[in-house]
Amino acid sequence: MTIDHSELLHAFRPEACLVAGALLVLGLDLATGRGRTAERRARNAALLGLLALAAALAATFAAAPSGPLAAGTMLLDPLARVTRAGVLGLALLALAATPGTLRLPHAAEYVALLLFATAGFTLMAGTTSLLLGFVALELASIALYLLAGFDKSRPESAEAALKYFLFGAVAAAFLLFGFSLLYGLTGALDLPGIARGLAAQPVSPLLLVAVVMVLVGFGFKAAAAPFHLWAPDVYQGAPAPAAALIASAAKLAGLAFFLRLLGSGLTAPAADGPPAPWTGAVAVLAVLSLVVGNLAALGQGNVRRLLAYSAVAHAGALLLGVLVSGRAGPGPVVYYAVTYGLATVGAFLVLAVLDGQGGAQAHADLAGLHRRSPLLAGALAACLLSLAGIPPLAGFLGKFLVFAEALKAGGPASLPGAIALLAIALSAVALYYYLIVLKEALVRAPAPGAPVIRVPAGAALSLIATVALLLALGLVPDLLLRRF
Amino acid sequence: MSALPWTIYVSLAGAALLLALGRASPGVARGLALATALAGAALGAAGAAGFTAQPGLQTLVDIPWVAGPGIRYHLAADGISLVLVLLTGLAATAGVLFSWNVRERAAEFFALYFLLIGGVYGVFLSADAFLLFVFYEIAIVPKYFLIANWGSTNREYGAMKLVLYSFAGSALVLAGLLWAHAAGGGQGFGLAELTRAASALPAAQQVPLFGLLFVGFGVLAGLFPFHTWAPTGHVAAPTGVSMLLAGVVMKLGAYGCLRVALPLCPAGFAAWQPLLGGLALAGILYAGFVALVQEDFKFVIGYSSVSHMGFVLLGLAAATPQALAGAVLQMFSHGVIAGLLFAVVGRMVYERVHTRRLDHLQALGLHRHLPFPALVFVIAALASMGMPGFSGFPAELSILIGTWRTAPLWALGAAAGVVIAAAFTLRVLQVSFFGPAEPAAPTEAHPPPALDPITWPERAGAALLLAATVYVGLKPDALLGWILPALHSPALQPILRGTTP
Repeated sequence: MTIDHSELLHAFRPEACLVAGALLVLGLDLATGRGRTAERRARNAALLGLLALAAALAATFAAAPSGPLAAGTMLLDPLARVTRAGVLGLALLALAATPGTLRLPHAAEYVALLLFATAGFTLMAGTTSLLLGFVALELASIALYLLAGFDKSRPESAEAALKYFLFGAVAAAFLLFGFSLLYGLTGALDLPGIARGLAAQPVSPLLLVAVVMVLVGFGFKAAAAPFHLWAPDVYQGAPAPAAALIASAAKLAGLAFFLRLLGSGLTAPAADGPPAPWTGAVAVLAVLSLVVGNLAALGQGNVRRLLAYSAVAHAGALLLGVLVSGRAGPGPVVYYAVTYGLATVGAFLVLAVLDGQGGAQAHADLAGLHRRSPLLAGALAACLLSLAGIPPLAGFLGKFLVFAEALKAGGPASLPGAIALLAIALSAVALYYYLIVLKEALVRAPAPGAPVIRVPAGAALSLIATVALLLALGLVPDLLLRRF
Repeated sequence: MSALPWTIYVSLAGAALLLALGRASPGVARGLALATALAGAALGAAGAAGFTAQPGLQTLVDIPWVAGPGIRYHLAADGISLVLVLLTGLAATAGVLFSWNVRERAAEFFALYFLLIGGVYGVFLSADAFLLFVFYEIAIVPKYFLIANWGSTNREYGAMKLVLYSFAGSALVLAGLLWAHAAGGGQGFGLAELTRAASALPAAQQVPLFGLLFVGFGVLAGLFPFHTWAPTGHVAAPTGVSMLLAGVVMKLGAYGCLRVALPLCPAGFAAWQPLLGGLALAGILYAGFVALVQEDFKFVIGYSSVSHMGFVLLGLAAATPQALAGAVLQMFSHGVIAGLLFAVVGRMVYERVHTRRLDHLQALGLHRHLPFPALVFVIAALASMGMPGFSGFPAELSILIGTWRTAPLWALGAAAGVVIAAAFTLRVLQVSFFGPAEPAAPTEAHPPPALDPITWPERAGAALLLAATVYVGLKPDALLGWILPALHSPALQPILRGTTP
């Protein structure tokens, strides 16, 4: 098979922008950084990084949809385009908030790592090859491990990085093992080839082993219960903007790769035949994540750990969306992941701003936020209420669409329908723990002597954009949904 | 007619405007709030003026919204919605007048207040179940912050309990709506489509579906035994919000039962009917007895609200045309009267004497110090007891007669409830305002109170609500003329017993 290089260059323009931007950020800092203040260097790096992200975003929108590219390793279908735009947008929001909030040395390296991670995400969004997918996943993961440990002044950050790395490496091993079994079974690395290979043989125990390995690997990466144990420590220890990226864009990109793998690689043999081999295992992960995430979040006194457990709960809902994506298409579940990512980025950015003002870990550190900064309090309220699924914020419609598809798949007595009912019941639990946080931020009086918070311009813009997007997607969901 | 959707937009725009401009001073915020409330009420009245009663919903706006699941932005009204929209306008205006003394973060208070009101208007005007649910949820969350921030007595607990109960109820509703949607093959969320789809389900499925929808909405209507959020929530809430909670928010639940639960599952309703009647009756009697022994003035009113809402639910459960008409009339009547009672207790009395304990109030002999609130309370108490000449009389009478046709025993039980209501109302009236007969000797514990005079917003608010209850009491046909034709709607025919009067 020949590869058309001009076509390839066209398709990979966003990645090219990101990698070139990362190198440029590093080079410029090396060349001109000496003698400048750390703040100036950080601002220059962030500006350059934002430009690279914006260019990549523009290239994403400019890329025309096309068939399989590069010998079947890439596919720029709607799922890929929306996911690429989503991860780039989320990275843009996370990066825009760093100047003035993240006071770290070596800001250029931080920005470059963020761009590399994003390049990994955009590759994951479009890949149809196990090999490229794994490389993209590792590119993103290694950059994220480093970002998690970037704050060298806090031992928690190092702990977060180590935990994230160890769990991530194990997950990668599982994934690679599963991929190698799939390759061994079918002799193909591209997903359509795998589907063809599997269709030609009966379901073997080896295939089930491969499926379980893959699910374990993705379960670790997505922090689905029972593979979620790293998430609270990482969310707590990592610098808040890095945690924002780990919790949002990484999830979205992983979801896209996962959806493609299950949807076009490990498909059900026939449309109305027995379900695909992964159905039961995904359902188990979804139920466990929903229950464990929501119940464990109740006991948290630390905002970041609470967000981590809420992330586990949302992973459960996402898995439910994956479960019904065969029937409903990727639209609802990707909408869910995008809006979840937006709300999570917003919440972590609020925490990032607070970190610059003496830290925000326990719920009580948020006390009186409405007095100290109405903008932060309002943004936090919008993001948490979106996570809780309160209309007209976008998080509600994400849940609604996923649950509607799950119930449509066979009524409340079917497996997805029953999980949807469970998720609906647990949403009342979820509202409780989000309201506990909001009670501190919006009701309680500030601690005596707590100063007024000055929000850096970048973070303020980023937060306003996040809330505006949450509202816009909630009120006009077809902005995103009609792209599928 | 075409003015009705603007009640929603004006309220939401008012909320945004309050956040943007109201921070200048509490005075500006109050002015904006009153203007918003009056605009909403005027738009509702303008809508009523151009309204011709017909069976079935009359579409106001209908545009596609979310293409995938077939969700439409569909607003429509019939006589029932119209009555409740008018009630919302009244209650919102009176609530602002009785919140005139909110000084701390007044702009945010009124912004949340009108977010809630906008949601309430939206629920009453929605003809798409998804849209109705969205507005329903919009009305839930502001309550938490209104109560937790500006409330009194155990406010954080009361607020959380209220919101979690409401939200858990709405989760049941969501499950039910999605189920009905799935049953229809995902062909949209319009109430008409859902009714077609769900009422075609076999009875074995309609029974659980009806349970989800009715109990889910019923939580907010104070359905026994899920009513316990109401007294604690009402007591914890600031006065204006208590008035709204009892006045319109509880009606959201009852309206949802009538508009969604009953038409969707006629067969399910038939199975549930005996239990629902029993629960409604239990609510009337139980809450009445509990109100009889409360030591806190506001708790008496809180439980009386549950008891009076029990009549609404009983009317729905009886499902004769007369009982349903009475239920809607009772929604209006209770909205006005409960607002009045909460205004007297929370604003006129508590904010002046800073106690709600009945034994303390008894020692004060308040009628001497606060003659105007005493007068208002006497009239409101009479109205609440269902005296002829006030709106409660035609409403409860109509429910009792209508219920008699379905189940005479329920009617008898409810009639006993009327007597209990009279008992707790008279008790609290006597104890709170008309303490010792002789002028109380000023003791150390209770020095003669130096009370602020009653302000003009209080007089205006009280006059507004009193006028409404008297007007409807004397001329119930003004509302019944809209309500009764709406009961001829095809959606309600499968559940109706007997013919429309």
